[in-house]
Amino acid sequence: MSAPNKSYDPVEVEALKPEEIERMRDEALAAFAAADSLDALHEAKVAHTGPASPLALANREIGALPPHAKAEAGKRVGMARGAVNKALAARQEELEAERDARVLVEEAVDVTLPYDRVPAGARHPLTTLSERIEDIFVAMGYEVAEGPEAEAEWFNFDALNIGPDHPARGEADTFFVAGPDGTAESGVVLRTHTSPVQIRSALDRELPVYVICPGRVYRTDELDATHTPVFHQVELLAVDEGLTMADLKGTLDHMVQSLFGEGMKTRLRPNFFPFTEPSAEMDMLCYVCKGESVGNPDRPCRTCSSEGWIELGGCGMVNPRVLTACGVDPEKYSGFAFGFGIERMLMFRHNVEDMRDMVEGDVRFTRPFGMEI
Amino acid sequence: MRVPLSWLREYVDLPATETGRDVQAKLISAGLEVETVEQLGADLKGPLVVGQVLTIEELEGFKKPIRFCTVDVGRANGTGEPQEIVCGARNFSVGDKVVVVLPGAVLPGGFEIAARKTYGKVSHGMICSSDELGMGDDGTKGIIVLPPETEVGRDAIELLELVDEVLDIAVTPDRGYCLSIRGVAREAAIAYGLPLRDPALLDVPAPNAFGYPVRIADPMGCDRFTARTVTGLSPEARSPIWLQRRLQKVGMRPISLAVDVTNYVMMELGQPLHAYDRNLVQGAIGVRRAEPGEKITTLDGVTRTLDAEDLVITDERGPIGLAGVMGGANTEIADHDSPDAATTDVVIEAAHFDAVSIARTARRHKLSSEASRRFERGVDPQAAAAAAQRTVDLLVLLAGGTAEAGVTEVIAPSAPRTITIPADHPDKVAGVAYGRETVVRRLQEIGCDVYGQDELIVTVPSWRPDLTDPNDLAEEVIRLEGYENLPSTLPKPPAGRGLTRRQRLHRRVGRALAGAGYVEAPNYPFVSEQVFDQLGLAADDPLRRVVKLVNPLSDEEPALRTSLLPGLLGALRRNDGRGSHDLALFETGLVFHPRQEQRAAVRLPVDRRPTDEELAGLNAALPDQPRHVAVVLAGAREQAGWWGKGRPADWADAVEAARTVAREAGAELIVRKGQYGPWHPGRCAELAVAVDGTERVVGHAGELHPRVLKALGLPARTCAMELDLDAVERSGDALPQAPGISAFPVATQDVALVVDAFVPAADVEAALREGAGVLLESIRLFDVYENADQLGEGRKSLAYALRFRAADRTLTVDEASAARDAAVALAGERTGAELRS
Repeated sequence: MSAPNKSYDPVEVEALKPEEIERMRDEALAAFAAADSLDALHEAKVAHTGPASPLALANREIGALPPHAKAEAGKRVGMARGAVNKALAARQEELEAERDARVLVEEAVDVTLPYDRVPAGARHPLTTLSERIEDIFVAMGYEVAEGPEAEAEWFNFDALNIGPDHPARGEADTFFVAGPDGTAESGVVLRTHTSPVQIRSALDRELPVYVICPGRVYRTDELDATHTPVFHQVELLAVDEGLTMADLKGTLDHMVQSLFGEGMKTRLRPNFFPFTEPSAEMDMLCYVCKGESVGNPDRPCRTCSSEGWIELGGCGMVNPRVLTACGVDPEKYSGFAFGFGIERMLMFRHNVEDMRDMVEGDVRFTRPFGMEI
Repeated sequence: MRVPLSWLREYVDLPATETGRDVQAKLISAGLEVETVEQLGADLKGPLVVGQVLTIEELEGFKKPIRFCTVDVGRANGTGEPQEIVCGARNFSVGDKVVVVLPGAVLPGGFEIAARKTYGKVSHGMICSSDELGMGDDGTKGIIVLPPETEVGRDAIELLELVDEVLDIAVTPDRGYCLSIRGVAREAAIAYGLPLRDPALLDVPAPNAFGYPVRIADPMGCDRFTARTVTGLSPEARSPIWLQRRLQKVGMRPISLAVDVTNYVMMELGQPLHAYDRNLVQGAIGVRRAEPGEKITTLDGVTRTLDAEDLVITDERGPIGLAGVMGGANTEIADHDSPDAATTDVVIEAAHFDAVSIARTARRHKLSSEASRRFERGVDPQAAAAAAQRTVDLLVLLAGGTAEAGVTEVIAPSAPRTITIPADHPDKVAGVAYGRETVVRRLQEIGCDVYGQDELIVTVPSWRPDLTDPNDLAEEVIRLEGYENLPSTLPKPPAGRGLTRRQRLHRRVGRALAGAGYVEAPNYPFVSEQVFDQLGLAADDPLRRVVKLVNPLSDEEPALRTSLLPGLLGALRRNDGRGSHDLALFETGLVFHPRQEQRAAVRLPVDRRPTDEELAGLNAALPDQPRHVAVVLAGAREQAGWWGKGRPADWADAVEAARTVAREAGAELIVRKGQYGPWHPGRCAELAVAVDGTERVVGHAGELHPRVLKALGLPARTCAMELDLDAVERSGDALPQAPGISAFPVATQDVALVVDAFVPAADVEAALREGAGVLLESIRLFDVYENADQLGEGRKSLAYALRFRAADRTLTVDEASAARDAAVALAGERTGAELRS
């Protein structure tokens, strides 16, 4: 607040006349309206609201008025200053909005520019498909079991009722690990299936046993479009009281529904495996044509070769001899098991045409599969 | 096993309308893997007739000899005039009966026949070979010459049974009886609910004392031997067309009458037979184990040195056959092509050998025959006498022979096998209430005798050696009732505990590395031992101790990996060669280290649970197989683009990958300067963790040694990291603890310290941390600077941002400065660091 004017000055009192104050106000409003930039407005602001502005000077005169005139003059000047400040704020906002609009336009970018500064990584689809299958069973209460890849023959063959004369034990199918003397008498092989993990589970775990066994397995096939000596399996083992083939069938149906959608089902065909009895080959309904390509040459199906069914793998009720070798009483407990190759499922689920694409580690193959499938 | 439908119908009256595909579907659901149904003659169209060659004119002046023939085809050509035909084959003469295809006909493969000009003549049709008619190889490599009695003008499609369907069945090892038409017919009869006319139900004369003498020294290896003799075989006799055709359809080549007949009976009844030239057998026939080193030349002309376990057929001189596998050359029946030496008298062997013994011999000598395949899978011992009789009958009928009255039959005593099962056992296995009646009926259908009510005493048929356990019988019932009719139910497992820590870490590491831009590339674990030289490993490096394979796929790569790097670097090189140059790959997988003390894994019993000690012994015989994780990098880690410059992958990315893995494991990774074979000596970090309180080196990271890059053909500046993931997991098993979060303001102090260039930044940071005390919230190195002019030679400046905060108050500037000064003082004391002025 400025100090009161002690001396009486008729000229300055003139400035408090109503018409003078209106003029000052109108000049200020006109100056603000005329300001076409924030800088110009700032100048007008200093001229019309600053300490040297006419209204500020007029305000200072009020103190010099006789007391009876103070109130009226104060009110008049206050109203004028209020109107001026309001107009200033409005114009300020207007001009800022204009400026912002202009700057934001200037700052616009091409949002379609690609950005591959660090190209995305990916997990191998054999890994992620295996995990996908594991998760289905983990959700049901199964646990994932793992085991060594170089495995004792007893686990890989004998305990599975594959006797010493079974053809699968020959060098035509099995990689034998050399003993210290270089011969095959080490009793160790590269596991030919993940079934030894089933044996280990049945031996190590408390009954009942419900496990899923994923992993790498080995057979002496040369790599070509449809074979690889190193491949991946998922096997399942359930040992409990009163398990039946119907339970096996239901479990398989649940798996293919989880992987391929509602309405999917499996089909069992009799087969022979030493470790299961009864044994079956399992097929799943073709998830592409749902069997409608069968006998329908107008709608051929590449996925199932118009067979309607896709071969998945083998299954059956655990041979009681296998349970005996694991110390499980076959009179009290029964079990079911199945196993299939992940490579094959990846081929028909994702249209992989050549097995070699899955083993060569080409980043162009793996990248599109991302983190999960 | 190939099964012609026409042959099958001889024993089962399948409905006339049933096609091969229908039968296939029925047999598949009964458990026979019928892989294909071959349609023989499906696209064949006549006229195809029998003709007789009237004249042959040899045409000269062509590259190969050509004949112009006239052939009498009767009225088949409509005119009765001789048919003029040009022919390139030479295995026929005037007067021979041949197969003639006339214009208008279509041969297999859509080959349309028309009169056409060739070699300067018009040929009105063709004289056919078996190949052209889709009959399979008859061994002549020429045209078919029919028996002289064949009627001219007769339809040859019917005569040669050219139209048929053949089921091709992959017989599983348990169903040896289905390696015969008889066995498949039995399954077809059950599947259709029709009676079977069993071809093995023959009248067989009782054995007597004057048959060909046979001595069995090993009744375990040979529990049955039937010998019959047929004399006076006509050397001119040939297998009739029907017999040849059936052999061709099952995939065998007709050879000579006696051989064809034994093959035919084997296919019909499943009993392998052997015919010896009686005049070449000296003295009694014997069956015994071979003397070690004894030799035999088998029918395939190979001389084999025998093992003491091989079962042999002998005469006075020694081995005359490898029992159940292949006959010997020294008693081979001679061909009719050499009438002087032709066999006229034969001894027929129908024996039963031990399956395991035959399987071992076949494998030992790498000699798998039709006979050994059957014996390995189990042959019906009760069919031997019938098979011998059938062979005798056919030789008498087709070769004009005489059956001698002597019948030898040596049989080791055996009892029929019985299995006892509760009548509801199949129900319990299947989860279906079949009921006793169904169970008994199904078991009877497959040939079992069944007695009892709640407990069934089941006597299994002689042709089913595979039926030994209760579940075998359950399978028979369930498959005949239809696997397709099994209901679908879900068991209720107890609550599970989810993935283990190791499994979760394995997944997390994969996700974290993929999230950091790495692509997973799993590799085969097979490596060469030279790769360790290429990797620059010292001669005594433990990674050179490898597990080797006896039968590797490639002799170049006989070992199992002890490091993931050889495989992963191979994948990097492959990608680079294919034009992907900016690469970041990772792999997780097992490596294989031999145990210090190697011993063999023994074969434990299977009739009980092995003891814990026995199991521990097996596990101790296995190689150590920890899971590793590795990354390799080459090219740009960050691409150049509109945003600015790129950045090449470098040693720091490799070390950071190790930190990423350790972070996922919750393990504290110790990174220090290292020096190890594959890595650049100045750019190698040694990685360590504390496991159970002991610090342990678990891997290395950095840029690879230029020599390694050259040796392996890798891009310049390739970087790599490898860690023992299992060790890292064991290190980081503590639960993360929540820090106290203070809401008081932070006080930031920057310091630049000058140290000798060789001082590790990690040491400086550790000293600063310790010196700063509890008020220090975080520390970050934000600049490294080397400038000889300003800092002096061999010196570097490290600039750190220190953030201080107290839990209970706003820190004063003095407090923060004091903490900073204490930090700098300790760094100075420990590392010689000086505050940069």
